[in-house]
Amino acid sequence: MKLDEFPTKFPKLPGPMPIWHGTVDAVQFRSLCEQVARGGGKLVALWGSDELARDAGYALHVSLVTALGMLCLTLPLPAERPSYPKISDLFPCANRMQRATADMLGLYASGSNDRRKWVRHRAWPNNVHPLRKNFDGNAVFPTETDAYQFVKVTGDGVHEIPVGPVHAGTIEPGHFRFSIIGERVLRLEERLGYTHKGTEKLFERMNLEQGAKLAGRVSGDSTVAYAWAYAQAVESVTGTTPSPRAMALRAVLLELERIHNHLGDLGYLGNDVALAFGFAQFWILKENALRLNNELFGHRYLMDKVVPGGVACDLDAQGSERILQMLKHLEHEIGILKDIYDEHAGAQDRFLTTGRVSPDLAAELGLTGLPGRASGQAWDLRAQFPCAPYDKLDVRMTTHINGDVAARVTVRFEEVLESMRLIRLILDQLPAGELRVTVGDAPENALGLGWVEGWRGEILIALHTGKDNAIHRLHPHDPSWQNWPVLEHAIIGNIVPDFPLINKSFNLSYTGQDL
Amino acid sequence: MYQIIKQILRTGIKTETPPQPDDALRVEIQNLQEQILRHVGGALAIRCVDAGSCNGCELEIHALNNAYYNIEGLGIHFVASPRHADMLLVTGPVSRHMQVALKRTYDATPEPKLVVAIGDCGCDGGIFGESYASCGKVSNVIPVDVAIPGCPPTPTALLQGILTAITGSTKAENT
Ligand code: SF4
Repeated sequence: MKLDEFPTKFPKLPGPMPIWHGTVDAVQFRSLCEQVARGGGKLVALWGSDELARDAGYALHVSLVTALGMLCLTLPLPAERPSYPKISDLFPCANRMQRATADMLGLYASGSNDRRKWVRHRAWPNNVHPLRKNFDGNAVFPTETDAYQFVKVTGDGVHEIPVGPVHAGTIEPGHFRFSIIGERVLRLEERLGYTHKGTEKLFERMNLEQGAKLAGRVSGDSTVAYAWAYAQAVESVTGTTPSPRAMALRAVLLELERIHNHLGDLGYLGNDVALAFGFAQFWILKENALRLNNELFGHRYLMDKVVPGGVACDLDAQGSERILQMLKHLEHEIGILKDIYDEHAGAQDRFLTTGRVSPDLAAELGLTGLPGRASGQAWDLRAQFPCAPYDKLDVRMTTHINGDVAARVTVRFEEVLESMRLIRLILDQLPAGELRVTVGDAPENALGLGWVEGWRGEILIALHTGKDNAIHRLHPHDPSWQNWPVLEHAIIGNIVPDFPLINKSFNLSYTGQDL
Repeated sequence: MYQIIKQILRTGIKTETPPQPDDALRVEIQNLQEQILRHVGGALAIRCVDAGSCNGCELEIHALNNAYYNIEGLGIHFVASPRHADMLLVTGPVSRHMQVALKRTYDATPEPKLVVAIGDCGCDGGIFGESYASCGKVSNVIPVDVAIPGCPPTPTALLQGILTAITGSTKAENT
């Protein structure tokens, strides 16, 4: 099948995003993936599902993006020895997704040489698969020894430094294994999965209404983006259209989330290059924003404010005015701080050329979201496939090509300013309308996709419905899946002490990929 | 350099001039400072362990370091090793994959040690509960002195919880 035939052969899913879904066979599956890869498209997510109860074996699903929009392919797999053609040769980021799908569902990528486990450590044995329907989510297994084969770097003077899972700072747990010569890093290998807490299995015990709260806790720092993506998926399967007011308020919340996360990172990036002044300044600004969130919307991080059908908060004229005042102050302060960062020789010396990912490498590895845009990967859903209210705002995407820490700092500065511009435009013409419309029933066996540009990158929620509005299967997908493997490349040739800085400049989610 | 100094002077000292609604907090901070001086001889070293959280609770621990809460100014600092710590701040739920690491961190912390469990998940497993992958609340894995509810608990609630722990009370106030 030709790639451009796909949207004519298969239906577009209801909702604001250009997403087509079709069931294909293994040959078509592989060929469509090849065409997308060749045409410069990318892989957003890969997940599986257990369809035995429907007498349909298992299924493997992938979401691909081209200039047209998203193509979602479903490949049915037999109940006995379910396997599918690997796509990690086309999209290197698929490697970990394939391994996770083997751990969680026992679906194997044929032709792949990397058969190591990924999310599984010691909580369950290798012949059981938590996302199979016959797996009891409360089962507790005797803990296994966690043997994992790291790639060994050999040669004269090569040393290994293992770090984590418990880190020195207040960050999430993960294991990093550095192979070094002197201070230079030859290779970094990540081992994640420590925060795996059964999130996907838990969704399957919930109905569409209950799932919203959990979606907002897949990765707490992106709660608005996840909650919106979840709501979008539910609205797609139930045929619900939120009011223009609800959509406008969602965008205000999403941009506020982007702003406070970027401010926090800009502060920490200063801190990591011994510019404690930057931390102090940016975190005052961040705290101001969080307090205003709490005052206006009732939660510092805006959890549970985006819900299927609309929003669970409102904004009056006075509230709008408060936000505008905050933005005015922020704009002024950021102007000053940007000049200071730009002219600070010590900071720039650490930022420039550090942790560089060239645009070519970024394209090859599928670097996405904010670090992607710092390496010339011009993808931003708000600009390319804008849903309301972004469709009227002409979002200006930020891209840079240097791909170093400095570029990731600059992208953050520019995105904060753009978010401020967007919020002002939205508040200027905040439409009237219901905050939350009733969400109807969902048909059984339907697929809904929610796709939102969070501050870190694109968040996908893939929702398969069951009977009576139950969740049959839900895969939340964080852009960190794509970006963690690229971090391993970004550090090569840099010195070990620069790792915290490079890592922070990516600021990836552990919980979002460990699930 | 001149720009930096000018900005610092213009910003002023946030810690001493909290906005109106936070007077309660200021009292809390001063109160806390006295307590800390009395109980730990002027300094408290805390080691954070994320044992499987959604990272929401971490955001508020980070916020404790900002100029408004200025936790370092109170003599409390976060340390890189459990061996230097008086207190563990643990966010949960404890994933089964972090169970061993958390136990080891606890064992590596010298006596006397305090453990403060953070967030609804740390208190009772929260939305994640107990499952094949989650041990649930922190006290299912290591002994806990104080548990601070909230999703996530505010920085003020965190400060109160820390205060409660060092003054020997057994339950944090629910704010
Ligand atoms: S208490 Fe809330 S914020 Fe904290 S880890 Fe649990 S879900 Fe996340």
